[in-house]
Amino acid sequence: MAAEEIEILDSDGVNRAITRIAHEILEKNKGVEDLVLVGIRTGGAHLAAQLQQKIAEIEGQDVLFGTIDVTLYRDDLASRNNLAVGLTDIPFPLGDRKVILVDDVLFTGRTIRAAMEAVMDIGRPELIQLAILIDRGHRELPIRPDYIGRNLPTARNEQIEVDFDDRNTAQAVHLLRT
Amino acid sequence: MKTLIKSGRVVDPANKIDEKLDILVIDGKIAELAANIDPGDADVINAAGLIVTPGLVDMHTHLRDPGYEYKEDIISGSCAAAAGGVTSVACMPNTSPVNDNLAITKYIINKAQAQGSANVFPIGSITKAMKGGTLTEMGELKEGGCVGFSDDGLPVVDGEMMRRGLEYANTFGVPIFTHAEDLSLVAGGSMNEGPVATELGLKGIPWVAEDAVTARDIMLAELTGAHLHVCHVSTRGSIAQVRHAKARGVRITCEATPHHFMLTDEAVRGYNANFKMNPPLRSQDDVDAVRAGLADGTIDAIATDHAPHHIDEKNVEFAVALNGVVGLETLLPLTLKLVSEKVLDLSQAIALVTCQPADILGIDRGTLTVGAVADMTLINPNKEWLVKADELHSKSKNTAFSGQTLRGYAVRTILAGKTVFER
Amino acid sequence: MTVILLRLFIYLELDVEAISMSFNPKHILGIESLTAEEINFILDTAQSFKEINTRQIKKVPTLRGKTIINLFYEASTRTRTSFEIAGKRLSADTVNISASGSSVAKGETLEDTAKNIQAMHPDIIVMRHNASGSCQYLADRLDCSVINAGDGMHEHPSQALLDALTIREHKGSIAGLTVAIVGDITHSRVVRSNIYCLNKLGARVRLAGPGTMLPPGIEKMGCEVFNNLEDAIRNADVVMMLRIQRERQGAPLIPSVREYARFFGLNGNKMELAKKDAIVMHPGPINRGVELGTAIADGSQNVILDQVENGVAVRMALLYLVSGGEKLKGE
Ligand SMILES: [Zn+2]
Repeated sequence: MAAEEIEILDSDGVNRAITRIAHEILEKNKGVEDLVLVGIRTGGAHLAAQLQQKIAEIEGQDVLFGTIDVTLYRDDLASRNNLAVGLTDIPFPLGDRKVILVDDVLFTGRTIRAAMEAVMDIGRPELIQLAILIDRGHRELPIRPDYIGRNLPTARNEQIEVDFDDRNTAQAVHLLRT
Repeated sequence: MKTLIKSGRVVDPANKIDEKLDILVIDGKIAELAANIDPGDADVINAAGLIVTPGLVDMHTHLRDPGYEYKEDIISGSCAAAAGGVTSVACMPNTSPVNDNLAITKYIINKAQAQGSANVFPIGSITKAMKGGTLTEMGELKEGGCVGFSDDGLPVVDGEMMRRGLEYANTFGVPIFTHAEDLSLVAGGSMNEGPVATELGLKGIPWVAEDAVTARDIMLAELTGAHLHVCHVSTRGSIAQVRHAKARGVRITCEATPHHFMLTDEAVRGYNANFKMNPPLRSQDDVDAVRAGLADGTIDAIATDHAPHHIDEKNVEFAVALNGVVGLETLLPLTLKLVSEKVLDLSQAIALVTCQPADILGIDRGTLTVGAVADMTLINPNKEWLVKADELHSKSKNTAFSGQTLRGYAVRTILAGKTVFER
Repeated sequence: MTVILLRLFIYLELDVEAISMSFNPKHILGIESLTAEEINFILDTAQSFKEINTRQIKKVPTLRGKTIINLFYEASTRTRTSFEIAGKRLSADTVNISASGSSVAKGETLEDTAKNIQAMHPDIIVMRHNASGSCQYLADRLDCSVINAGDGMHEHPSQALLDALTIREHKGSIAGLTVAIVGDITHSRVVRSNIYCLNKLGARVRLAGPGTMLPPGIEKMGCEVFNNLEDAIRNADVVMMLRIQRERQGAPLIPSVREYARFFGLNGNKMELAKKDAIVMHPGPINRGVELGTAIADGSQNVILDQVENGVAVRMALLYLVSGGEKLKGE
């Protein structure tokens, strides 16, 4: 069966979405004070790095940036065949920080549930907000993003893929229909 | 009562016969061998396409009766023998109590005659209770039916005791069967010493544990002039020693088991206790030596060392499992395998399980000579069959060949003219 | 799904190989049956787990609701504790059962004991037993996962893995290294697992010990055998010393501890023979002044505490990996 591939965002589109999210984060949190970005491995981690760079461009100041692997917090261990666990790397305390969780695609919400639990195990942040490049719907948990690059209603059997280049910069977003 | 075995390929090595003949049996004795015997009023058994041999003789079995009837008894053990084409077995004395007195010997013989499906020839112990301390009353035991003496399962540790055993047994013209093992060198080992044991982390038994005692006993046989039979030779060294001793005229014979010419210690990988026996499965080099010994006549007999054990004694950690495997029902196909693998010719192979062990035991079996008792085995040499432990006639299922497809089996086993097993 | 996964590989900095493979064993019985790729996957997984052990709250919910039974037929505080902590940090319920004596003496076979335990529905049994092959025996008969915590003189896979993780951390890579192992080779399951592991990862293994402690045919497992310590550790990258016991199974293997220490103890300036940056390892507990001189036991080259730390991470990885994925009964 041939897959149909539709481009949702090109590299300019991705860049504009990230820029907008960066502005919204700064606006909502009134600057960068106590702000930390935590990207969910692996796509979210790359996007968080891009966001960090964008915020630095806007504010002239670096925000802290960490990555989190949620494999150990997932709820489908017994049915999952790929058991690889990535490194969680948050080399700073999370207590009383404003944590912006970053992921590339929001789908059922289970990954975010796991990520929130992982963050809470590492420290007690003042608040957690969620930034997402693509929200494709089909939530199975009461989770709502604070920052959205693009809302994209999809069918369940469709797939969203975010392409990164070899420097881990998001280049495009595609919808795959099989 | 007359029976005619018609048109079989008769292989009777003692009489150098290998041709298509009819055999007429009258009143349990061989009456005539000839081509095209007129059946007259005889029952006719069609043996066309089959090999007809003297009933097989297994000179080394453990029937476990008396004392360990949960493993095997004379009835089940002789049934297993019949199913394997074996009509005569010699049984080792390590029962409970030990066969070191006339009462036990008589018990075995009477039970076998009354209820058994094979001839059972007891072997008495060399020392009382196999404790190595005092000789048994070999004269009386021989009169009572013992065909030889052995403390099999254990060596006679004391050199002088072994010497006296040989000298005393020789007085009555019966052989001593040595279980050659230096226990101090075994020292808790549970498989052959070598790379496989090292990998598996099991304590090894070195070849020298067998060779050293074999050497001592051969020299004692040479010293005393007595007939020594070495049980279950398994190492290159002990076979070489027997070969040299024979060449210089020592009265020595020996036997090898099918597992020692079919399997190596590689089989122990996986820790299946059905590959645990004593002597242990050895290296390929040793297996080759056993086969060479069979081919050149150094080894006089193939014997099973049939050693039934209850599942609970085998279904444990390898190091604590008991030694031994059953063998009566796989003796024939494994022996024939040596023919198909061109180690032996058919007549040699049959001699190793008929007239040669019978000679060592001094029993009037193992031949189809006119006038001899009509113990016969009718063999389908080409039938392939899968060994299923559960289907063995033995009470114990500890075979090392479970799941293997073997070729050839007895289709009819005849004891003194009467069919005791048929399939 | 595969399309996404394939694209993902391209931009992963870490675990590139790891993610591309699926490894979810039912049991961990030994290193012999593992491939180099699988060993590396376990080590990568363990590496990720190390971060948890440095957190304030050292616990993840991964094995919530799972029951792990540590069935120890031999006393071993260290390994048992390490497995216990590993299980607890993954939120499993861990229960320790100490058994003793040979099964035959008790009248209850190992299978009986195992089936009794199975009736309590554990998910994983971690077993140490004095009989080689006993973990295989258990795995052949039970539905739950079995992890070998040392079976007789056969294997001790978690020890070899934590050793490999420690070497990898200190040396970057294991391929091409020379590792000398000194001591009672015959009775050591640690050695056997390490020979498999190090060979698969491309190291050269040397062994040394008195003749009474070198088992026949060990070189066939892939190692060079020396009868003196000096030749074995010359230019070695790693020197692994084994704990010495004067007697094993009643057999005298060395005349005295004093003489052993003199010829096979790592003491004085013997370490100068090894590479300058060589590390010293020991599966513990050490006999100070016997296989390790005090200067070396307290020296900067020794990484024994790293081994202990990595032990928890490796055991977490093993518990995690046998718990994940769909497993067939009796696989
Ligand atoms: Zn024997």
